[in-house]
Amino acid sequence: MGMTGEDTELSSHEIDVRLRVLRFNPEKDTEPHFEDYTVKAQPMERLLDCLHKIKWYEDTSLALRRSCAHGICGSDAMVINGENALACKVLVKDLKQPITVEPIRGLPVMKDLIVDMDPFFQGYLAVKPWLITDDHEREPDRERIQSQEDRARYDDTTKCILCAACTTSCPIFWADEEYVGPAAIVNAHRFIFDSRDRGGRERLEILSQKDGAFKCRTAFNCTYACPRGIKVTKAIQEVKQAALFNRF
Amino acid sequence: MIRTHEYDAVIVGAGGAGLRAALEAGKRCKTAVVSKLYPTRSHTGAAQGGMCAALANVEEDSWEWHAFDTVKGGDFLSDQDAVDVMCKEAVESVLELERMGLPFNRTPDGKIDQRRFGGHTRNHGEAAVKRACYAADRTGHMILQTLYQQCNKEGVEFFSEYFVLDLILNDGVCGGIIAYEIATGDLHVFRAKSVLFATGGYGKMFKITSNAHTLTGDGPGVVYRRGLPLEDMEFFQFHPTGLYGLGILLSEAARGEGAILRNSDGERFMERYAPTIKDLAPRDMVSRAEFFEIKEGRGAGPNKDYILLDLTDVDPEVIETKLPDITEFARTYLDIDPVKEGVPIVPTAHYAMGGIPTNINAEVQADHAGAVVSGFYAAGECACVSVHGANRLGTNSLLDIVVFGRRGGLAMAEYANANKLPDIPEEPAKHVEDWLAGLFEGGGPEYPAHVRSRLQSVMMDKASVVRTEESLGEALTEVQELRKRYDECRVRDRSKVYNTEITEHIELGYLIDMAEALVVAARARTESRGGHYREDHQMREDDHWLKHSFITKTADGGTKLDYKDVTMGRYVPVERKY
Repeated sequence: MGMTGEDTELSSHEIDVRLRVLRFNPEKDTEPHFEDYTVKAQPMERLLDCLHKIKWYEDTSLALRRSCAHGICGSDAMVINGENALACKVLVKDLKQPITVEPIRGLPVMKDLIVDMDPFFQGYLAVKPWLITDDHEREPDRERIQSQEDRARYDDTTKCILCAACTTSCPIFWADEEYVGPAAIVNAHRFIFDSRDRGGRERLEILSQKDGAFKCRTAFNCTYACPRGIKVTKAIQEVKQAALFNRF
Repeated sequence: MIRTHEYDAVIVGAGGAGLRAALEAGKRCKTAVVSKLYPTRSHTGAAQGGMCAALANVEEDSWEWHAFDTVKGGDFLSDQDAVDVMCKEAVESVLELERMGLPFNRTPDGKIDQRRFGGHTRNHGEAAVKRACYAADRTGHMILQTLYQQCNKEGVEFFSEYFVLDLILNDGVCGGIIAYEIATGDLHVFRAKSVLFATGGYGKMFKITSNAHTLTGDGPGVVYRRGLPLEDMEFFQFHPTGLYGLGILLSEAARGEGAILRNSDGERFMERYAPTIKDLAPRDMVSRAEFFEIKEGRGAGPNKDYILLDLTDVDPEVIETKLPDITEFARTYLDIDPVKEGVPIVPTAHYAMGGIPTNINAEVQADHAGAVVSGFYAAGECACVSVHGANRLGTNSLLDIVVFGRRGGLAMAEYANANKLPDIPEEPAKHVEDWLAGLFEGGGPEYPAHVRSRLQSVMMDKASVVRTEESLGEALTEVQELRKRYDECRVRDRSKVYNTEITEHIELGYLIDMAEALVVAARARTESRGGHYREDHQMREDDHWLKHSFITKTADGGTKLDYKDVTMGRYVPVERKY
């Protein structure tokens, strides 16, 4: 029985796919440089599949991060034809060739497509991304009650997978590594607008400081870059409003 | 370079089980989490549909009904003491996650909402029940994020992108682990009083799988090579709704919300296989039904080789709000809009019921007689408690990781606080250093990716939804040949920084071990039970086979099988009908 889905209408013909990948090996190179590859792939295959074909059958030293391969784990954000995206969420048929692939910008490149994610996670941690409750309130025996409307208020920002596509698409972040960046503000939003959270004021104070939300110049790059479709710029604007008028 | 660290507790893996354990251990003793991925990359984040608990927020329910469904769903191979623990603690576990901030969907009166899921019924099978607590179709994402948030709040120490290579054992006592730092190529010795493995599954041995590239059985692989047993390896779950050609999961929640499976005639064929709960029958039964529909010529599509998941009668509002992610998967990867047309699906390798044998406190079993490995724990998919028996019910994996992750964290902290740091051998990482050095030497021209690709095809064709003595015999011969080919391969890239060729190479070695263990155990079990279906032995045979398998690697490279009785309880085996 054909359980493997080969040779069908949905996945039929292979084409030549040309790629230009920015390579950098810190043990050998002083500067990054592009290398060209051609692999065979079907139009419905993911860019990640093409990168695997290079790594598995041509140049095993190509370094990239990936795991789930369907846009959920957030490992493989890259600059693809000049725009931030997940390599597992863009298909060959939708990409102009040669496909240029570069590491995301604004974070130190460790090797090839791998960047140092620690500064990104530090920005995330700076906004205290966890539910803050009032110590004087008794822990409930059952669940806290939250209306469907209150739950919907922060739904969009719960989708974040911390892939850094938004933050590393932001021109302010490129210029100023101290800026907490869109992803951190998205995660602050997720709690500030959660009716169960009591840490709003604390977070807004952090985000009102010089490296906080007011650095944003609404370039909207982040919203375009988000592979989860989060309205990032809108969330940042809501956080700014909350900080200005103390309303959330 | 070799660096040494000392901790009370070391947890390997940062998915739901590892993080839940870390929350408990971290509050009680000096704890480190070692993970080959950044924690939020873990595959718990891909779980979609929900986490069952008898909250009775929407419909009448009880934890005993949940326990019955779990045992029956597991085709009576589950250990019933462990099932009771899980289903009883489920309620508090869900409430606790809500208190940690998990954004569950809500009922109109603001309680945690619940929905139907495969195999979960009211009053011992009368009808489907709304038991799954959920957050849209990204419940696992929310669990992973919430636990990661809490670990950060508690200041848990993470070693991200460290790959486990060995367990330190001295006279049967666990004394830590050896890990490879992917960023630098350095080896690290983590000395610890207690160690917990939460490394996830090994679905990457199959061609079509919902599993991440990184799910390669690292934890069970280390255990197996240390001469410790693995339990119930023949039981691997195929989820009935993986995207055609890709295996990406479309949650059972789709059917919970009303989606229907159809063959090429448009027939709702599950009515023939499970007249009471139809499309919401357990996964093993639905996957088999799909297999036979396709085999008998009723598959859809030009090659009649897939089934259609029909959501066109589900309210588009429900699709967009309660199933947004899976809808997007179909649109992105197959260019198909589920609101308008059926989605091509096939069974996809999804979940390992088997793994490192543990008891209800997550203590690893040294043998089938129940001896424990002092200081060593396991939880989550890499472990086999066994709550899932021969077939796991949907949502019970998220429950398993939270319940037994918590129990494991508590138990390992208690053990660490009562014991001294054990002695370990001198130069504990020397053999690992030599092993790694050898991977660069000699070898032929073959790329290991060819070996992996062949392994995945062999396992898919000969050891998946339907098996026979003949298919399993062929699979074993092939796996053994593939092991020889693998041993001939060498690592080409000699760099130290982010050498992901070496990590992938080692992962493939673990996968070959897992495949061998699965095939040997499956070949021996001459009956059909849950996820293990033998076309040449179609009946369940309780007189002979109501027992767990324990497979051990012998010193000469062979395998040995032992068996252990199932822990029974309130439920006696009956014929499994839905």
